[in-house]
Amino acid sequence: MNNELLNEFTIFVLAIFVGFEVISKVPTILHTPLMSGTNAIHGIILVGAILIAAGANSPVTIVLGLVAVTLATTNVVGGFVVTDRMLEMFKGRQAQPNTPETAKPK
Amino acid sequence: MTTVLTLAYLLAAVLFILGLKQLSSPRTARNGNYTAAAGMVIALGATVPQLHFTGAGAIIVLIGVIVGAAVGTIGARRVKMTAIPQMVALFNGAGGGAAALVAVSELLKFGSHPPIAEALPSVFSIVIGSVSFAGSLVAFAKLQELMTGTPITYPGQQLVNGLIAAAIIGFVIAVLAIASIPFSFLSLMVLALILGVAFVLPIGGADMPVVISLLNAFTGLAVAASGFTLNNFSLIVAGTLVGASGSLLTKLMSDAMGRSLGNVLFGAFGQVRATSGAVAGKEGRSVRTSSIEDLATLLAYSRRVIIVPGYGLAVAQAQHAVRELADLLEKKGVEVNYAIHPVAGRMPGHMNVLLAEANVPYEQLKEMDEINDEFKDADVVLVVGANDVVNPAARNTPGSPIYGMPILNADQAKNIVFMKRSMRPGFAGIDNDLLYDPKTIMLFGDAKDSLTKLVNAVKAA
Repeated sequence: MNNELLNEFTIFVLAIFVGFEVISKVPTILHTPLMSGTNAIHGIILVGAILIAAGANSPVTIVLGLVAVTLATTNVVGGFVVTDRMLEMFKGRQAQPNTPETAKPK
Repeated sequence: MTTVLTLAYLLAAVLFILGLKQLSSPRTARNGNYTAAAGMVIALGATVPQLHFTGAGAIIVLIGVIVGAAVGTIGARRVKMTAIPQMVALFNGAGGGAAALVAVSELLKFGSHPPIAEALPSVFSIVIGSVSFAGSLVAFAKLQELMTGTPITYPGQQLVNGLIAAAIIGFVIAVLAIASIPFSFLSLMVLALILGVAFVLPIGGADMPVVISLLNAFTGLAVAASGFTLNNFSLIVAGTLVGASGSLLTKLMSDAMGRSLGNVLFGAFGQVRATSGAVAGKEGRSVRTSSIEDLATLLAYSRRVIIVPGYGLAVAQAQHAVRELADLLEKKGVEVNYAIHPVAGRMPGHMNVLLAEANVPYEQLKEMDEINDEFKDADVVLVVGANDVVNPAARNTPGSPIYGMPILNADQAKNIVFMKRSMRPGFAGIDNDLLYDPKTIMLFGDAKDSLTKLVNAVKAA
């Protein structure tokens, strides 16, 4: 195995542990927003899509690049916006005037 | 990679991790989403200046970003709160498709004998990305009711799925060992798309949240694999984070339904047909209905009322009407609470979001564990468009597909009022004995309609 691949593999394995650890205690009401938020994060494939699209020079690579960039951008933008819309609701509830101070955080 | 780019990717990775951490707590969740978005902007902003664009490349990136951003923003802004789960499925499918196409482009560059270190992650990304793309579209269609939400099964299904999987493995070996030519990896892609459809078809609509979460984790892994192909750290880190946290989230979601993941995905509904055949004799049982006025009187003179909201409330957009009724009853001195089942609606947390939209006071929303002991003291339980989450079969009928799922103890209340459009079974597709209980009163019709009538009747009572 070459050095670069070893480095990548190391990062991959460590990232698995971080991924498990970081959300291990999440309340049920946040399951949906969290799923949607992680969904937006894998939109990082847009970086990959732009990498391949940048050098497009044949009909095939142009079509592949165009579709990949479009899909990836939809993933990123839609993912973050829809997550924000869900979380907006949570905030609205806490800022409400008729919610007394006794409202306990989950 | 330049130093600047590497450091930018490191910063982006840190922001993703912090964002996920913040997303796990209600107070910081919204900021968490912004933190992650900032990471994304940094990763993209650092990448683009490093590239040498061909003329065509610059144009397609520009067009793709504009179109994608427009579709994403409009889709996410316009979607009704009730339809958010399927919207997430669509966005996830888009990511999976993009990952597969990136891998295809890379394989094309390498010619017929790519080095194994590039080819292996590429075929992985093509297969998993395509499964995620096709599976997400089916999940969307099921939740959007473009197709039936009930499990689609046929004889020999396992065998067919097994054959598709075997063919995929065959083509993977062909690409890796014999020749990486467009024919072989395009066939691989088509087969993986078919597998994605076949994988989701036999899963019932009620289980779609778990499936979407799993496909979300799949897309994360496909993105990480594309990162290996492109030797890009940001893709590896972000993709792996999503793959790992998404897998854990999938497990947490199926735990909330009292099921194992394997049970959700495979054969969960296999045994159902046998059982439903056995209980077919129960057909023709009678249910009790009542006039709106009688119900209004019953509610107005109760001491404690518990409202159980479900998906029917969401589709009827009845969250404001239900709040109006609750306010009215409170004015008459009735204690009103909402019992929120962890998977009420179609996704965990869905009901909280909808009721918050209608300004239902936070402290009236009770989680299942908190309120389950209070049902026996409730005079009336008002079930608005929910079904499976109060089905006693989950407690009493081993062999029922929902057996073992924790449910709300609505059956212990003195009176149970069901607002339902029809006697049609819930999303899990099974009959609910509680509907035939002598304590139960049925109120057929659209939830919003019924609630509005009930509000007027309570005013008069």
